[in-house]
Amino acid sequence: MWQNLLDWIEYRIPMMRVAKMHAMEYPAPKNMNFWYVFGFLATIVLVNQIVTGVWLTMHYNPTAEGAFASVEYIMREVDYGYILRYMHSTGASAFFIVVYLHMFRGMMYGSYQKPRELLWLFGMFIYLALMAEAFMGYVLPWGQMSYWGAQVIVSLFSAIPGIGPDLVVWIQGDYVISGATLNRFFALHVIALPLVLVILVFLHIVALHEVGSNNPDGVEVKRKKGSLSDDEKTKFKMHEYYTNKYDIIDDVVPFFPHIVLKDLVAFSVFLFLFCYVMFFNPGMGGYFLEHPNFEIANGLKTPEHIFPVWYFTPFYAILKAVPDKLFGVISMFMAIICLFLLPWVDRAKVKSWRYRSGLHKWNLIVFALVFIFLGYLGGTPQEPWKVIASRILTIMYFSFFVLLYLYSKNEKTKPLPARITK
Amino acid sequence: MSNTPVDNSRRRFLTIATSVIGGVGVAGAAVPFIASWNPSAKAKAAGADIKVDISKIEPGQLIRVEWRSKPVWIVRRTPEILAELAKDEDMLKDPNSEEDQQPEFARSRYRSLKEEYLVLVGICTHLGCSPQYLNDGQFEEIVEGVPDGFFCPCHGSRFDLAGRVFDGSPAPTNLVVPPYYYIDDNTILIGSEEGAA
Repeated sequence: MWQNLLDWIEYRIPMMRVAKMHAMEYPAPKNMNFWYVFGFLATIVLVNQIVTGVWLTMHYNPTAEGAFASVEYIMREVDYGYILRYMHSTGASAFFIVVYLHMFRGMMYGSYQKPRELLWLFGMFIYLALMAEAFMGYVLPWGQMSYWGAQVIVSLFSAIPGIGPDLVVWIQGDYVISGATLNRFFALHVIALPLVLVILVFLHIVALHEVGSNNPDGVEVKRKKGSLSDDEKTKFKMHEYYTNKYDIIDDVVPFFPHIVLKDLVAFSVFLFLFCYVMFFNPGMGGYFLEHPNFEIANGLKTPEHIFPVWYFTPFYAILKAVPDKLFGVISMFMAIICLFLLPWVDRAKVKSWRYRSGLHKWNLIVFALVFIFLGYLGGTPQEPWKVIASRILTIMYFSFFVLLYLYSKNEKTKPLPARITK
Repeated sequence: MSNTPVDNSRRRFLTIATSVIGGVGVAGAAVPFIASWNPSAKAKAAGADIKVDISKIEPGQLIRVEWRSKPVWIVRRTPEILAELAKDEDMLKDPNSEEDQQPEFARSRYRSLKEEYLVLVGICTHLGCSPQYLNDGQFEEIVEGVPDGFFCPCHGSRFDLAGRVFDGSPAPTNLVVPPYYYIDDNTILIGSEEGAA
């Protein structure tokens, strides 16, 4: 009976085929370590954002007159409204935490290198869409930081020569940030960008499964057809889509259940941390929810210090470090574009930093520290020493890419193992 | 099916022609989506430029007009007032208006198109109160040796008669000069610079 139903469905839509190809019979390298859980976690957070977002929309009022009050209403009068909102606001920061770790994983193990360039690009587009999504979402509560943050970010476009000022008016739909701006940001935040994000995530996963997962050794598990003896081939049944084209080495496990179970362990740890923040510290000392945002937007009253939320502060520091406005904006966008270009900046043939030069390891570690320190500088009040520091760090940020391009061509790497190590 | 041979060049022409016409259609259809982001008629009306008759302002007098729901001041400065502006510069945070708080034409000591008339947005750059105009020596009680200026009653920010902020005020920057130009000797238009649309 049950089997009949499954057969009936399978005849009409490839349900089991897709499940097998992408889960039960998808070859995942067995040495994937904890760094490989963040993609899974990001997907979970995306689902959380969509579900809580839909529920918040049911009570939120996207007008300049009503937005702030409706968020208070959600917090105080809607049953469990505060939980829905804190799930959403904590989820926003959690999203960036897991995405940054996910990106750093890719950089450590060279997951952007050939043949995963497009996979990396889709990932970067997700990151970009996520930044737009987060920025517009932050405007919706219509608090002081919503308003002035939007003011600062939108006025970046005024630096574009010629069309800049007109472009700003077009984006705002008014001569100042106003209810018209709030309304269109709401539309983009709840409809347009989530759609874009979901489509990009889908493409990201399709691209991943086409080229296969990388692993901490950076050694490909799919080998040329006919190059492996039966002894060396995996004993698991993998989907013929893969085995028809490749010989798969005996260093893989099926994604389901092996990797999924590991991801679920990570998920439970993540849930502990998430719930701690959500229930006991949703503002995270002003980092996840900034204090000025508990006051309603007022175009006549500039807050003493204007900062973006923590996940934008490294780029904000770069923007402020450059004395010229237009060049500052260009530098900020270049900082992101450089990441896009990583697959072509890095010319090494070896993927994982385990087998690359000491120089490369240090370059990457310093880059990560520079990014964190820039984040600190961009998120705290300006002081004279910080101006100098952020200029030095901005130069260091870009020199990561320059150095990588220069040394990666003829880098002295260690020999790669033929098989995946323990 | 006819047996005439395939004419590839004709097919190519039809493909290109269809694509071009289709592209024009898409571009046309995009217009409402892009144009709807412009300020609506209502927003335009609320943000429209205003004309102000300045012929009846007495020397030393300040008049207030409303522009984009903000107070805009116009002060007719006397030669004595203008002379003061050169003397107080060592007490100012930004005497040369290096911060972007004014159109390019006002990046000067007098911060105006014609020295005689000062045009300012009358909102303190600290927390948005509207400062008071203290003239004929009243300002001397606030800043010694400077007879005229603006004083914000909320948190004590002080500005001179070019809207430049005095050192030690909580306000970080000079008062904002709105874009404006002279239509004729007696009328100024606030909201646009000359030559701009």
